[in-house]
Amino acid sequence: MSTSVVVGSPVESYVAPFDELVGDASAPAWVQSMRRAAFDRFTALGFPTTKNEDWHFTSVAPIADSEFVLLAAKTGDIKRDELAAFSFATGQTAAWYTMVFVNGRFAPELSDCAKLPNGVKLWDLASAWTKAPDVVDRIGKITSYDLNAFTALNTAFMHDGAVVQIAKETEVDRPIHLLFITDANAAKGVMHPRNLIVLGRHAKATVIESYVSTSEAVYFTNAVTEVSVAEGATLRHYKMQREAARSFHVGTIEASQAKDSHYVSFSLATGAALSRTNVYTTLGGEGAGATLNGLYMLGDDQHCDHQTQIVHAQPNCFSRELYKGVLDGRSHGVFNGKVYVHPIAQKTDGKQTNNTLLLSDTAQIDTKPQLEIFADDVKCTHGATVGQIDRTALFYLESRGISRPLARRLLTYAFAADVLETLEVDEIRQSLETATLERFV
Amino acid sequence: MPLLEINGLRANVGDKEILKGLDLAVGAGEIHAVMGPNGSGKSTLAQVLAGNPAYEVTGGTVTYDGRDLLEMQPEERAQQGIFLAFQYPVEIPGVSNAYFLRAAYNEIRKAHGEDEVDPLEFADIMDEKLALVDMDPSMLNRSVNTGFSGGEKKRNEILQMAVLQPKLGILDETDSGLDIDALRIVADGVNTLKRPDNATIVVTHYQRLLNYIVPDFVHVLANGRILKSGGKDLALELEEKGYDWVTSGHVSMGAGA
Ligand SMILES: Nc1ncnc2c1ncn2[C@@H]1O[C@H](COP(=O)(O)OP(=O)(O)OP(=O)(O)O)[C@@H](O)[C@H]1O
Ligand SMILES: [Mg+2]
Repeated sequence: MSTSVVVGSPVESYVAPFDELVGDASAPAWVQSMRRAAFDRFTALGFPTTKNEDWHFTSVAPIADSEFVLLAAKTGDIKRDELAAFSFATGQTAAWYTMVFVNGRFAPELSDCAKLPNGVKLWDLASAWTKAPDVVDRIGKITSYDLNAFTALNTAFMHDGAVVQIAKETEVDRPIHLLFITDANAAKGVMHPRNLIVLGRHAKATVIESYVSTSEAVYFTNAVTEVSVAEGATLRHYKMQREAARSFHVGTIEASQAKDSHYVSFSLATGAALSRTNVYTTLGGEGAGATLNGLYMLGDDQHCDHQTQIVHAQPNCFSRELYKGVLDGRSHGVFNGKVYVHPIAQKTDGKQTNNTLLLSDTAQIDTKPQLEIFADDVKCTHGATVGQIDRTALFYLESRGISRPLARRLLTYAFAADVLETLEVDEIRQSLETATLERFV
Repeated sequence: MPLLEINGLRANVGDKEILKGLDLAVGAGEIHAVMGPNGSGKSTLAQVLAGNPAYEVTGGTVTYDGRDLLEMQPEERAQQGIFLAFQYPVEIPGVSNAYFLRAAYNEIRKAHGEDEVDPLEFADIMDEKLALVDMDPSMLNRSVNTGFSGGEKKRNEILQMAVLQPKLGILDETDSGLDIDALRIVADGVNTLKRPDNATIVVTHYQRLLNYIVPDFVHVLANGRILKSGGKDLALELEEKGYDWVTSGHVSMGAGA
């Protein structure tokens, strides 16, 4: 069976690999039919253009116009000692539970997830749909690909990724690190990691999702992570996008939150030539809260777009959002923060802030808060600032003998300090503090 | 040759000329007090000496330690021993006082080819300096000047001066807004740091400070120039008669020491 698309259209190069993938019957029937429906939707939608309001400031032409090869088989030649640079380990802490994916495929030999405490389960996606059908049953139900071509594309090609399940009442003692790493073998390739994180009632966990590379290859990561946070549960979910400088990255995280749950997201973006990160959550039970923070640090010609969406669907929920951007060179940052407050969501307490520090005259930021409030008894604020290095502060530091480059770095660090302070994992906070100090030398 | 020699210095802020041909010479081992009416250009002089690019030097020369000071970048001036205690110390949220002080200390050491000190060594140095200015060690963990009271900011300036041990300290109204104890601390700081090879310029409105820091020379800066210079008694005379006595009628007397 084959799908028909317009010859020469950007989606065409995905047809043959898709036909090959669905021809392999190792995945269960429901996966196959979900893939087919998603691919149909992808071909119908096509890649978004800047006429699409959600993509107004970001042209994905460099992705659409490239012909990427699907990285279906296991490739890669990553050694264990190469992981240290991305592990956040300091030597003093116990090793984190780690699942490593090389060029999109699970690499058990590099992972540390054999011995897990009670209540913690990790699978790679391909094993999960036979071993944990009741867990993966949620796939495709938390996020919808209906209006998002990249999510449709990911769903069509979903094949590998991490499935994390934390049983009710379980508090995980260390972070769980999902480390997606590419090497030179990923050149000109595309991968579609598909992850699922499920927390039971009153569970508490920290999951780090990292995208990194040991090479300078051009490749495309198109990731989707679905998150379910049950009543009273708390998930800290840190996404660290540090892809290779010339690569492309599109990633969507969508969470569904029950009563009294807390979802704490942090999105770091320093890598990729062109990246788009979506962080969406729905506060679907009373008393739930979402904290969405982020930091993007860009230079050269990098383009980095964040779209967040918080749906206040129930009363008495809170959301806190702080995104900061440091832009140098000719880089372009985009922040679009959507907040929807449903008519029944009274006593909503929402706050959104986006601050940008421009380090050069040629860097650019487009920031667009988007609040749609249909309840009357709510407190929702938003604010955005765009500034440059404070000359008075710069001179004060210089007048103490601090050289201009170090003074600029200190002030850049100072700008990012409050959002970095929200990181509750010491190793990550310290590592990012150092990275911030050293990013713009 | 004096440590600092200023001849005919002219400086603008924006299009406005503030310093209009100022002469001043400060020798090693000396303490000079600069007094003068509000808006006369005292802070402008201090900022120009520290190298603030917001002020444009349009004429004159400044020689410091045998070098052309106006050619030097602000950080180089500091590395070569110039320290300005700001009239309005700057708040820098997000940078801890400890980190800031150590960075400054190490940058100056580096400039002299000395090894940097690590945080532990630096903590020992700080213990002594904190005691000197009677400052609580918890101030080190706070962001630079952020949320500090007026007096705490001034003390923090003196702490920095004590740590960086300048050759030429310039105190711009460090005594303003200080309680009597703090005033004594500031004065002790200056007096402790006094050596035959360094010098201090104290900008002040109050003769009170000069009871604690006894100046070798007192200058009156008015209308962008030094209009009168004298010994420590000049401060007492100014206190009594006000500035009108200098600015009206009296002819400019030019340079001091
Ligand atoms: N950024 C600026 N823009 C415009 N005018 C300025 C600026 N900075 C200083 N001035 C002006 O320059 C003049 C001198 O200011 P300066 O701060 O040097 O005075 P001062 O002698 O230190 O006064 P004070 O005793 O009040 O501290 C004042 O008239 C002041 O308004
Ligand atoms: Mg002044």
